[in-house]
Amino acid sequence: MRNAFADEVTKQGKRDPSIVLLAGDIGNRLFDEFKLAAPDRFYNCGVAEANMVGMAAGMAMCGLRPVVYTITPFITYRVIEQIRDDLCYHHVPVILVGTGSGLRYASLGATHHSLEEMAMLRTLPGMTVLAPADGAELRACLRDALRLDGPVYMRIGKKGEPALHAEPVEHAIGRHFLLRDGGDVCLLATGVAAANALEAAALLEAAGIAARVVSVPTVKPLETGLLEEAFGSFPLVVSIEEHGLIGGFGAAIAEWYADRETPVGGRLLRIGTADTFMHEAGETEYAQEHYGISAQAIARRIERRLLARPAHMRLA
Amino acid sequence: MAKDTSVNSIVSLRDSHDLRRIAARLRAEVVAMSHRAGTPHLASALSCIDILTAAYWHVLRLDPAQPDASNRDRFILSKGHAATALYATLAARGFFPQSTLDSYHTDGGALAEHPGPRCAPGIEAATGSLGHGLSIGVGEALAGRIGGYDYRVYALLSDGECNEGAVWEAALFAAAQHLDRLCIVVDYNKWQATARSNETMSLEPLGEKWAAFGWDAHEVDGHDLEALCEHMDRVPSGSGKPTAIIAHTIKGRGISFMQDDNNWHYRIPNAEELALAKAELDLP
Repeated sequence: MRNAFADEVTKQGKRDPSIVLLAGDIGNRLFDEFKLAAPDRFYNCGVAEANMVGMAAGMAMCGLRPVVYTITPFITYRVIEQIRDDLCYHHVPVILVGTGSGLRYASLGATHHSLEEMAMLRTLPGMTVLAPADGAELRACLRDALRLDGPVYMRIGKKGEPALHAEPVEHAIGRHFLLRDGGDVCLLATGVAAANALEAAALLEAAGIAARVVSVPTVKPLETGLLEEAFGSFPLVVSIEEHGLIGGFGAAIAEWYADRETPVGGRLLRIGTADTFMHEAGETEYAQEHYGISAQAIARRIERRLLARPAHMRLA
Repeated sequence: MAKDTSVNSIVSLRDSHDLRRIAARLRAEVVAMSHRAGTPHLASALSCIDILTAAYWHVLRLDPAQPDASNRDRFILSKGHAATALYATLAARGFFPQSTLDSYHTDGGALAEHPGPRCAPGIEAATGSLGHGLSIGVGEALAGRIGGYDYRVYALLSDGECNEGAVWEAALFAAAQHLDRLCIVVDYNKWQATARSNETMSLEPLGEKWAAFGWDAHEVDGHDLEALCEHMDRVPSGSGKPTAIIAHTIKGRGISFMQDDNNWHYRIPNAEELALAKAELDLP
């Protein structure tokens, strides 16, 4: 995904002279083409994220459109007050891009995991929170974000994520994408977890359960029309994310669900990571299994939930 | 680069006694505001009045009628708790009417105890949490270079604020980028909220620290209006470095019973103290 990001930000940077790319001492060679095309609009800001984000605010106040890129924990947890005061309070158009989000950097240890950051950023007034599922969604998210007038946070993977879209995606903010259709259960997945959701749907099919899989790249603001439709049509709607259950995508849906004036038909099952750090070593797949968000774990949870329903509501 | 004389130096150095009169009026105003609104941080506002006076009446290229002009000089009050000093300055300089100033700290008013984003014409940035203003200024200075403007960016920091790590991140980056149109003034009044600055964090030698970080650093008497004007005028300095002016100030400056008494970080003057202060400033 980071290659798709580098390519798209370079394309947009060539077209729009107000785009400035700030990186926190990562992306060695990744932005060579951007640097070549716009040497005065790329800055390696060093290992100094607080300054990088504050600076981006200052640039945006002067009419530029900064895109700020580094590893997710360092552009979120470390600088939450700069994001709140400098970006959100001033409501300036700065795009924060966190790479290696969720458990993409599982093997680097929990300092490099990001399972709480969407929750933190989602609470900030005026902030848009995006989690594209693959390179195509990422490109559309970035293009759409560059048209907004306020701050945006986009969490992306690293490299090697599967392409879920055969065709390019034109717009992604406020849109959703049907990746697979089925009538028994609806899986709403955000970010890189969409790939696991698709795989889980294949496992469910083998167990006789037809799952719809929808990719939802916009975590804030939530696309409520999609939720109305899903909860109105399915007995069970499952949120899936590579992020904690507290405050993330599933939590946002639960908030919407709780505040509804009239009840909706479907029930909600949230799949995400537990309220714990992972203390052992392990690659991404191991970590997903550890947290119960692997395709197998997702399929098992859904199957169990569907079988636990009262007999008259069970699948034939 | 030539200055746009239509909006610059409304008081020349030959008339520095005028600057002193302006500073006295601003001091009386912030004491009155603190008394009227019942708000603290008075001594912190008093220590930077001369810096604001030099900036807004002599140094900055600004036109109050065009507060958003793209090539205006920027002044960021990074020590946002001295908001009354900035509000009084902007009102006196004609950015907004006295009625706006009178609404300071009233329910529904535009001016809170710390400046909000564009809360009134001339307010460049929302501050209040320390250590943010310089980075915003670095971004503005860099944006000016990218956009081909010749405006300058000034940020006023407190000495306590130099406790914040983000200040030093910004210092390192600005020097690496040779942002010579960026200038900070540290209101070095030797006190932070609850203690002597140098007993809390080892700031000394503060000027040498900024110099070691790659800045043109100068130490001045922060109540000498001529010296402040001269140093702030010298941006860019020609060395390719950003400028740091360490302004040695006295907290509560100008009011004898507040000077260097840190109780006035939080204390609020009563009617009698307000009258005494005005009498000392030779104002009605």
